[in-house]
This record gives sequence, C-alpha cells and structure tokens, in this order.
Amino acid sequence: MYETIGIWVGALFTLAIYSFLYKENPIYRLAEHLVVGISAGYGMAITYQITVKPRLIDPLLSGDHWILLIPGILGLLYITRFIPRISWLSRYPIGFYMGTAMGVGFPLTMKANVLRQVEGAMVPLYQSGMPWYEVLGNSVMILGTLAALIYFFFSKPHKGLFFGTGSKIGIWVIMLGFGATFGFTVMGRISLLIGRIQYLLGDWLHVID
Amino acid sequence: MKRTVPLMIVMVGGILMILQYFIPHQISQTIFAYYTDWTPIILAFALVLGVGSLTRIHSHKIRRKSKNWQYSWAVLIPLYLMPVLAHIWPGSLSGGMDSPSIFHFIFMHVQVPIQATMFSLLAFYIASAAFRAFRAKSALATVLLLSAIIVMLGQVPIGELLGKWFPQTGLWILRYPNLAAKRAIMLGVGFGMLATNLKIIFGVERNWLGGAGK
Repeated sequence: MYETIGIWVGALFTLAIYSFLYKENPIYRLAEHLVVGISAGYGMAITYQITVKPRLIDPLLSGDHWILLIPGILGLLYITRFIPRISWLSRYPIGFYMGTAMGVGFPLTMKANVLRQVEGAMVPLYQSGMPWYEVLGNSVMILGTLAALIYFFFSKPHKGLFFGTGSKIGIWVIMLGFGATFGFTVMGRISLLIGRIQYLLGDWLHVID
Repeated sequence: MKRTVPLMIVMVGGILMILQYFIPHQISQTIFAYYTDWTPIILAFALVLGVGSLTRIHSHKIRRKSKNWQYSWAVLIPLYLMPVLAHIWPGSLSGGMDSPSIFHFIFMHVQVPIQATMFSLLAFYIASAAFRAFRAKSALATVLLLSAIIVMLGQVPIGELLGKWFPQTGLWILRYPNLAAKRAIMLGVGFGMLATNLKIIFGVERNWLGGAGK
C-alpha cells in the first residue's frame, strides 16, 4: 500500500514536471516550489543530524570539549548578516572558511590540476609493440594539449608559425573535445529520460516489465 | 576590526594550511585537524543564513500577497516540516531510508521523482540546442558535429551494427583528442585557481568581504 501510493505520487509529480514541455502551468509551479522547500528542509535535517549534533552539540553537552565554543560562536556570527548594524561580523566565519579552503586547496589544486595533468601528458610517442592507433593517439594528445594551451594563451597575438598555427590546431582539438563532451552529456540526459519513461510505463502503469 | 581582522584570519589560516602540507609536523597536523574539524561546523551555520533568507523572501511574498504568493507556502511548509519529521523519525536519516516514514515518503516519492524528471527534461532542451549548435555551417562546426555523432553512436548498440570501427573511433576520440582539450582546460583552470587562492590569502582579492557594514 505504502509503495503503491508512493509510486502514484511520484508518477503524478513526474507528469507535473513534464507538463512544462507544453507550457508553464500551476501544477508545474507547485512541483517546482515543493522541490525547493523539500531540498532545503532535507539539507537542514541532514546537516543537523550529521554535523551539528555529533560534532558540536553532543561534545559540548558531554562537558569536556569547551574549545568547540570557538567554531560555535564563529558560526553564530553568520547570523549577524540579518542585523545591518553588526553585519560586518559575518566576515569572520567567512574569513575562517576562506582561509581554510584556500590554504587546503592550494597544494591539492597544484597536484590534481597541474602536476598530475603534466605527468599524464608525458607519455611515450612510440614504443615497440605499440599499436598504430595508440602512437597516433599519444601524438594527438601531446600536441593537442600544447596546441589547446597555445589557443588559451592570450598574452601574445595569435600570429606566426608558433602562436598562429598552434592556436589554429588548438581550436580544432578543442572542437573535437567539445563535440565528444556534448555527445556524452546528451547520452546522460537521454538515459535519465529513459529512466523516467520506464518508471511511468513500468512501475506505475505496468505496461512494460 | 571590520576589514583587517577578517583579512588576517584568511591570511593566517591560508598560510598555516599551505605550510602543514609541506611540513607535516605533529603541531601543524594538530592545527590542520582543528581547522578541518571546525570548518564543517561553521559552514553548517551558513545554512541557517540560507534558510533565513528563503523564509524572509517567501514570508514577504505571502504578507504582500505578491504575484503567485500561494506557491510560497509550498516552499515554507516542507522547509520546516522536513527537519521536524527527521526529528520524529531519526532512523530515516541514519541509513534507514528503507524504513517507511513520512520523511522517507516525501524524500523518495516527491523529491527524487521531481529532481530526476527535472534533469531528464534537459534532454529535450539539449536536443534543441544540438539542432542549433550542430548546423554544419563551418569546418569547425562540422568537426563538433561529427565528433558528437561518433561518440553518441559509439555508446549504443546501433553504432556497433553500423560497423565495429564506430565504438572504437568513439573511444579513441574520448581517450585522445578529448583528453587533450580537457587537459589544457584543466591546466588553465588550475593555474587560475592557484592565482586566485594566493590573491585571496594575501588580501589582493577582497570581493568576498562584500559590502556588509562597509
């Protein structure tokens, strides 16, 4: 019974969202507003249950983690945003977060976005026994990365053999990449659409298995 | 007090967090543990700010009877109902999503279908965007079109029926030229992020301070 009602409710909300394809209507608007409220409410419940209670309230109530008053008070300073006279105090918790995020993020970004990428681009162009498509692929990958980097380098005019030709090859590589990414995204969205149609025709109407 | 102290907090925190990575001494590790333990607690209060703003906007709409004010109830009721329900059925949150409760019901049968359908709705818009983007007006647009078609058909059974080379070519495009473009973009983004990180830590970039209290 519980599941059946659930599937009916889910199916009706699915149709409510698809009704937007015809035009915006009150049913769609209701579903849209509901999802905003539920998401935020769910986020609040989860945050309280997995962060605030076990990391702040329980240790404070146990009586031997008074140092946690510091993040507690810093967190409360966020709320001063609602009081214009002292709203500048909200910069303190933001500053604490920014400092931590920027400091922790710096070496991680250096590692993931720079060093690992450079390391990944350093592959042999040819080794004995390597199939031709891999030789071609590695060459395209190395030269393509360099060419695309040249395309994104705007400090020099894209003229001449190095910058001119490099940026032209770069845009071709970028277009190939964007096409592949677009194709992949379309596939992902179509899979979601198929999932919803399966839900409607299978779970709800039992037309398909 | 209004600007200097927050900038100092950022600078001290940022430098300490960078140093602890390169000098993993016991003291630096303890400081790191404090910072990373405290940050989620502080961030949790930012949610109060968000919920407060949402409440303010929608209660304002209801009070003023603005256009479509009735829908604001559809935001406010579940916004406060969900935490109450989670408090009544705490099991629904701590991994017990299969145990029936109203909280579980709202999440599984209202939130999940609506969100999944909203994302699937993009399939229709992406199709119309594809129609506009993929008109082979130039050589570059043709490359974009061909690359997308080969990757898409390479992923489905019909691609393999057309020829074994279809999925292989699709995979080759994904693995080499696509990776080259992504890698260049990631490197660019990486350098940008590093520069921004340093600018924020050393107080060159101050936009995050906002205009609160000047």
